[in-house]
Amino acid sequence: MDHEHYTDEYIAGILRQTKTIAMVGASPNWNRPSYFVMKYLQGKGFRVIPVNPRAAGEQILGETVHASLAEVPVPVDMVDVFRASDAVPGIVDEAIAIGAKVVWMQLGVRHDAAAAKAEAAGIQVVMNRCPKIEFGRHSGELSWGGFDSGIITSRRTRKVQS
Amino acid sequence: MTDKSKFGFETRSVHAGAAPDPTTGARAVPIYQTTAYVFDDVDHAASLFNLQTYGYIYSRLTNPTVAALEERVASLEGGRGATGCASGHAAQMLAFFALMEPGDEFLAAKRLYGGSITQFGRSFQKFGWNVRFIDSDDPENFRRALTPKCKAIFVESLANPGGVVTDLEAVSAIAREAGIPFIVDNTMASPYLCRPIEWGADIVIHSTTKFLSGHGNSMGGMMVDSGRFDWTRSGRYPSLSEPEPAYHGLRFHETFGDLALTVHGHALGLRDLGAAMAPLNAFLTLTGTETLALRMERHCANAQKVAEFLEGHPAVAWVSYAGLKSSPYRALAAKYLPRGAGSVFTFGVKGGYEAGVKLVEGCELFSHLANIGDTRSLIIHPASTTHRQLSDEQRAAAGAGPDVVRLSIGIESVDDIIADLDQALQKGA
Ligand SMILES: Cc1ncc(COP(=O)(O)O)c(C=O)c1O
Repeated sequence: MDHEHYTDEYIAGILRQTKTIAMVGASPNWNRPSYFVMKYLQGKGFRVIPVNPRAAGEQILGETVHASLAEVPVPVDMVDVFRASDAVPGIVDEAIAIGAKVVWMQLGVRHDAAAAKAEAAGIQVVMNRCPKIEFGRHSGELSWGGFDSGIITSRRTRKVQS
Repeated sequence: MTDKSKFGFETRSVHAGAAPDPTTGARAVPIYQTTAYVFDDVDHAASLFNLQTYGYIYSRLTNPTVAALEERVASLEGGRGATGCASGHAAQMLAFFALMEPGDEFLAAKRLYGGSITQFGRSFQKFGWNVRFIDSDDPENFRRALTPKCKAIFVESLANPGGVVTDLEAVSAIAREAGIPFIVDNTMASPYLCRPIEWGADIVIHSTTKFLSGHGNSMGGMMVDSGRFDWTRSGRYPSLSEPEPAYHGLRFHETFGDLALTVHGHALGLRDLGAAMAPLNAFLTLTGTETLALRMERHCANAQKVAEFLEGHPAVAWVSYAGLKSSPYRALAAKYLPRGAGSVFTFGVKGGYEAGVKLVEGCELFSHLANIGDTRSLIIHPASTTHRQLSDEQRAAAGAGPDVVRLSIGIESVDDIIADLDQALQKGA
């Protein structure tokens, strides 16, 4: 897996197959980046379950915060990592333990050894990307803000539908 | 964080930003002639106002037709995003609005479009933004002029009124060492001839009024962000790194990463400065960009022939075109503008001011007007027009002395262009 360049199909495929996301490092403060991403993904039909030991038991955007991935009571498709890179190995171990299908690390988050371990366990890995930006890129919404999506198509339907 | 484009320049010129309209299937980008956009509900409105979701609120900030052009120009320049606005001057305003605080300084090349010299040197002073004009022929002059208050370096890749090429790589290295963004106005070259981001520029400015729209029919500007500058590290760009009170303490760089300057350009810059691009102008400019490569090829080929003709003409004292063997900028042009040295250049008429005035008034095919980058050939005598607000010294420094005539060579039959100049020069002699 080339973690510098992901193909459009790899990213779009992950976004199409994912229904439930556990967001590790989700913040209850509405002006934090994780809150933006959670709110956006909820609006696109994903269930997003916040994981953050410091806010355990609180509510974020209508979802109860859990202290660890192990405590999330429903099956998790994707673990979205809003933590510093050095926290990734522990999160990958937990993600393997709960049977997650994807570990997605946010912009600026990257840990190649942990990624290799996850991939060896059959987990798809994305590093240093934002699922909000990638969803927007493939659905066409990112372009609304004047950003280069890199996507050129003569078709009306998109790889990811918003 | 987009992966490097798989598509060629000409393909992106035609397609980038312009997928079929999802609602109607319209193949050309529709002119979204609307002021505002309905909210689904109050929560959706809140998400939009908080910048938590993508979407349109009000066309002073964003508009779908303008957004298509922004994506197209960002793609052609190799940038992360772009902010479209009413004119090239508005784009310069947007860029400095994000970077400068009252009392700050920036360095600008002294050979610039005359309007930029006036905007920077006079109007910007009202905001407490101080410019110092630097002779860019020796890039080290920028290093020598750096101060702790300096927030950016600004140059034109190919400078208006013409013939001068900036050593982008050398200047960008100086900006990088100083930890300040390098801003390049790429209007005269267009991304077909030069892509400053590939040479280290952090921000690219366009007057899309010129070659991008290309037909002399629509005003516009663009601030393209490379997405590479770290706005947080030095703590010297508080508009992008510190909590923004108007958005409840949001930090743009932390929240939007490499999209930060483009979000700022719309959500703060256009919101508060107000110089939005009209959707019709965006549409015309989109159409113009589709033929950018074809037009630039012909513009450059015609300009080369006209410059060679003038160089041999008895009524002409000198020609400043970077594509000529005689040009001191030929080596820089070969490096930065390998596909052609553009189509705007200056030459000197024997007989000074009077001869210059006679020449422009004697043309029948060239249009005497203050613009460049049109399909039509254009002529102007800067000393009596675009640069007349400047002092004699400023005019000389900007390359707009009394004998100087500026041409913007169009895409007409080159023999006709040459014949018109020849007859007008004879009238003046
Ligand atoms: C190099 C350059 N930059 C900026 C501008 C200003 O652009 P606008 O007239 O679109 O404001 C011009 C206009 O002539 C120009 O030639």
